[in-house]
Amino acid sequence: MRSEPVVQVQVLVKRYGTKTAVDGLDLAARQGVTAVLGPNGAGKTTTVEICEGYRRPDSGTVRVLGLDPVRESAALRPRIGVMLQSGGVYAGARADEMLRHVAQLHARPLDVDALIERLGLGSCGRTSYRRLSGGQQQRLALAMAVVGRPELVFLDEPTAGLDPQARHATWDLVRDLRDDGVSVVLTTHYMDEAEQLADDVAIIDAGRVVAQGSPEELCRGGAENTLRFSGRPGLDVASLLKALPSDASAAEVTPGSYRVTGKVDPQLLATVTSWCAQHGVLPDRISVERHTLEDVFLELTGKELRS
Amino acid sequence: MTATGTYSPQPGAAPLARMIAAQAVLETKMLLRNGEQLLLTVIIPTLLLVLFSTVDVVDTGDGAAVDFLAPGILALAVMSTAFTGQAIATGFERRYGVLKRLAASPLPRWGLMTAKTLSVLVTEVLQVVLLTVIALTLGWDPQGSALAVIALLALGTAAFSGLGLLMAGTLKAEATLAAANLVFLLLLVGGGVVVPLDKFPEAAQDVLGLLPIAALSEGLRDVLQHGAGMPWAGLGILTAWAVAGLAAAGAFFRWE
Repeated sequence: MRSEPVVQVQVLVKRYGTKTAVDGLDLAARQGVTAVLGPNGAGKTTTVEICEGYRRPDSGTVRVLGLDPVRESAALRPRIGVMLQSGGVYAGARADEMLRHVAQLHARPLDVDALIERLGLGSCGRTSYRRLSGGQQQRLALAMAVVGRPELVFLDEPTAGLDPQARHATWDLVRDLRDDGVSVVLTTHYMDEAEQLADDVAIIDAGRVVAQGSPEELCRGGAENTLRFSGRPGLDVASLLKALPSDASAAEVTPGSYRVTGKVDPQLLATVTSWCAQHGVLPDRISVERHTLEDVFLELTGKELRS
Repeated sequence: MTATGTYSPQPGAAPLARMIAAQAVLETKMLLRNGEQLLLTVIIPTLLLVLFSTVDVVDTGDGAAVDFLAPGILALAVMSTAFTGQAIATGFERRYGVLKRLAASPLPRWGLMTAKTLSVLVTEVLQVVLLTVIALTLGWDPQGSALAVIALLALGTAAFSGLGLLMAGTLKAEATLAAANLVFLLLLVGGGVVVPLDKFPEAAQDVLGLLPIAALSEGLRDVLQHGAGMPWAGLGILTAWAVAGLAAAGAFFRWE
């Protein structure tokens, strides 16, 4: 695997009038799947569209596969695949017709029939694009992004509005692309999508990357984890606190329901259970809660991911 | 990572000529499949030609009505395809992100524009053949040189394409739809297509004569009806419109 980034964005700034959409953003996407995760209006699409060469940055540098997306667009375009958030197809074109057309613009495209079958677009038949369902339109846009056998694919919210089945079909294709050595940069505001697919996640808010790393790193680092147990009400929390490491905290959240926060590891769990044993407490429920990307996002930005 | 997986990267652009040809074929198919476009480019010119040649609605001066009408209808055909049809189609392609998506494909933007022009020319050839056959069966007796006719049609296409693309690239798709149809109707009436320009007040005639549709229809009429040589005045007016329209479209066209 190559180690240099497929996408390198440094102190990117993009303004629309007085509104700053991207505000000094740094992002490095390496080979594999990179998810750009953030709420609506965070600057995800603007960033990706700058990488695709659609917009010029106001300042900062962007390199995609080592190329400047605006000045070296002609060299870059054949090497990337693009899925827009919506549209991109003639209203009167059939799905297979449009896909074949995009294939014809490339030197060594995928087998169009196989791709149509793979994405379940065969049932579209002679239906024109404007009469396809939203899910069919999304899958066609995805097919158009990959048919040219690109090195790098940009997917802007590839599963927004899809039903669970179509979502999983999209996820499966993204995994196959990754396994075959295609790099994928996708934007999403679904944290489960980022957790499922991404080798690397960049959490973005108000035009900046607030955290970047693998989903595991992000959930481990920074965020505190939680252990909960239930017992009889009114246990001596102060004595439990004494038994715990100094950076942990404990509280009786509601009568009989206790919460320990801190670095939850096997040692901490053992400390809690042995304290229970010493105090003759049989916890009738004990659970370790792992932080999700959604929690991480909430802690970093104070905002809900999906508003 | 398997080197030979189904999706393993093998990027590359198709040869430029193949890309442009494929794009031109697709654009032409989209146009011929669109009912409203066919109404504009085929049905209206055909109906006007047949109706006004066979029914004495307007006084077309001396000689057979079809000899007056056929050049005007050819001018109308050019306008319907290069201006109205192209403006509406391109406006909606812009609205629905087709232009945007193609801008990220290996096809360069100038290649897309070349393909659009080829598609317009293919459509115009079909229109001219159809309308010529109909006019000949109605007794049309064309004069003049084919070269002068081709020069007029080519410059007319350039002038109307510039104006159509300017409209499509700057206005909203709905506004383009409305404006392109309105302009089509106004120029049909006031551009010497079926109504002779000398039916209008003299002051109006001078202004109307500068319109691209009038320059084209009167120029075609001078050649095809009266056997004139190169209609330089008309060619000059069309060149001015073409330069101004294409320059403005180049400067102000927005791709999304």
